[in-house]
Amino acid sequence: MSLRPTLIAEIESITRDNDKRMPPLTDDLVLLDTEFDSLCFALLVARMEDQTGIDPFSDLEVADLPVTLGDLVALYERAARPVAA
Amino acid sequence: MFLRDGLRREAGRSDLFLSDRSERRDRAAIREAACRADLAGLIAGRSVMVATAGQMPAALAMLGLDGLARRMVLVPPGLTDDQVARIAADAEIDLCVADDDAPVPPALAGLPRLAPAEAASAGEAPAPQPTEWVLTTSGTTGAPKLVAHTLDGLAGGINTSATPEPGTVWSTFYDIRRYGGLQVFLRAVFGPSSLVLSDPAEPMRDYLLRAAAAGVTHILGTPSHWRLALMNAALTDLAPRYVRLSGEIADQAILDLLRATFPQARIAHAYASSEGGVGFTVEDGRAGFPASLVGSRSGIEIVVRDDALLVRSKRTGRRYLGAQAEPLTDAEGFVDTGDLVELRGERYHFLGRRSGVINVGGIKVQPEEVESVVNSHPLVSMSRVRPRPNPILGAVVEAEIVLVEGADASDAAALKRAIIAHCRPHLPKHKVPASVRFVPDLPLSTGGKLLRRAP
Repeated sequence: MSLRPTLIAEIESITRDNDKRMPPLTDDLVLLDTEFDSLCFALLVARMEDQTGIDPFSDLEVADLPVTLGDLVALYERAARPVAA
Repeated sequence: MFLRDGLRREAGRSDLFLSDRSERRDRAAIREAACRADLAGLIAGRSVMVATAGQMPAALAMLGLDGLARRMVLVPPGLTDDQVARIAADAEIDLCVADDDAPVPPALAGLPRLAPAEAASAGEAPAPQPTEWVLTTSGTTGAPKLVAHTLDGLAGGINTSATPEPGTVWSTFYDIRRYGGLQVFLRAVFGPSSLVLSDPAEPMRDYLLRAAAAGVTHILGTPSHWRLALMNAALTDLAPRYVRLSGEIADQAILDLLRATFPQARIAHAYASSEGGVGFTVEDGRAGFPASLVGSRSGIEIVVRDDALLVRSKRTGRRYLGAQAEPLTDAEGFVDTGDLVELRGERYHFLGRRSGVINVGGIKVQPEEVESVVNSHPLVSMSRVRPRPNPILGAVVEAEIVLVEGADASDAAALKRAIIAHCRPHLPKHKVPASVRFVPDLPLSTGGKLLRRAP
């Protein structure tokens, strides 16, 4: 199962709770250049861990660091694969 | 030692600057503009609050006030009117430096007021007197505490006699009105070197590109600042020679990521705080610190007592200000940092804060403040607020909650959301629990106090 819908739903929920205005959530969106600040990002990682048990940030190489929303989706889906297999 | 001495240390160089998002100022011009004896007379002997919105005006005010004012209180943005009023009373403020066009908090409205440019144009005192420097830090109730320092103490970790590496340009993700940022400001003033100021409203990408374009070579941030910067493609434009971390525990993961990103840079993590000053700097690329740093070195003594670090040196704060202020040091002059450490082999590692204070990306959160809001929800019997490790901000706030007898928790997810929503109007965003867990009970001491560190 793709984690994209979960990620998008959590991003929307966090931006709503924190009064952030966001552009359309496309794959090339650089999240940290929007109003989605470090606290929003931290909440997202915590909630994704609660929802899916996955925290891909705890053990990360420089090459894996996500810049865009598409990178972030890919990072979570890569991390989910061993669990699903 | 005075800031103006640092401004004079330019040794014939004319290329030094101080810049922010909107302007770039020549250091020599800042020094030459400081010539008005009337303004020097007005400031002399006063207790001054620097309450500007931006960092550039604050920097100009600091350069003008040091050596003239009796006391200078640096107020970071974001404090409430009540907090400013408390600080003004505790610090016996009788002059404020505020932006030309900005409304001042009611507590400052009756005071004489200078614009930052006026403060910066004050001439030098005939016989400069040491100014007491005062920084704010978070207190147990959420109200700021005022930590008084001397400039000699603040600059005690800086080698002011060394010649800086040619081409050094400093910057920091921090605000220079906080301890970590102020260290960078002082390094730039006394270096002497140029300084690029950050701006909280500026997107990370824009700041990184601006820092890269200005040729930043030395840069300080918390581990959280760095984690965010590492997720920004613009970071590769930056070519720092010196990368420094402070303000939070630097774990091995962030040190390794920075080492891989900047293979040529010196990477250092510093142990420093508003109260304890700069304790030490570690440059071996490993988390924690060598046990050999405990003991006496030049000008600083570090001891471990009951698993906590204590510091005695001229670099620590001198005292807290205010009528009800508690002592900052013990009878022997040690500051108890409240930071818990554990010896593993030849190295100490940081475990967190004894008081349970949560460090959310460099911002301290007192658990009691959050608990009192959580506990005001009608279905909450008691709660314990603790740090939840987080790879972005180091930690976020988590609440363990015991519900009242008979509370309907059949839809646990909805009740958790309702409790978090209940907190939101009463707490700044970073203090609102990121997650909630319902527990059957919480551990209490025999004296009935919540055991913060028990599992």
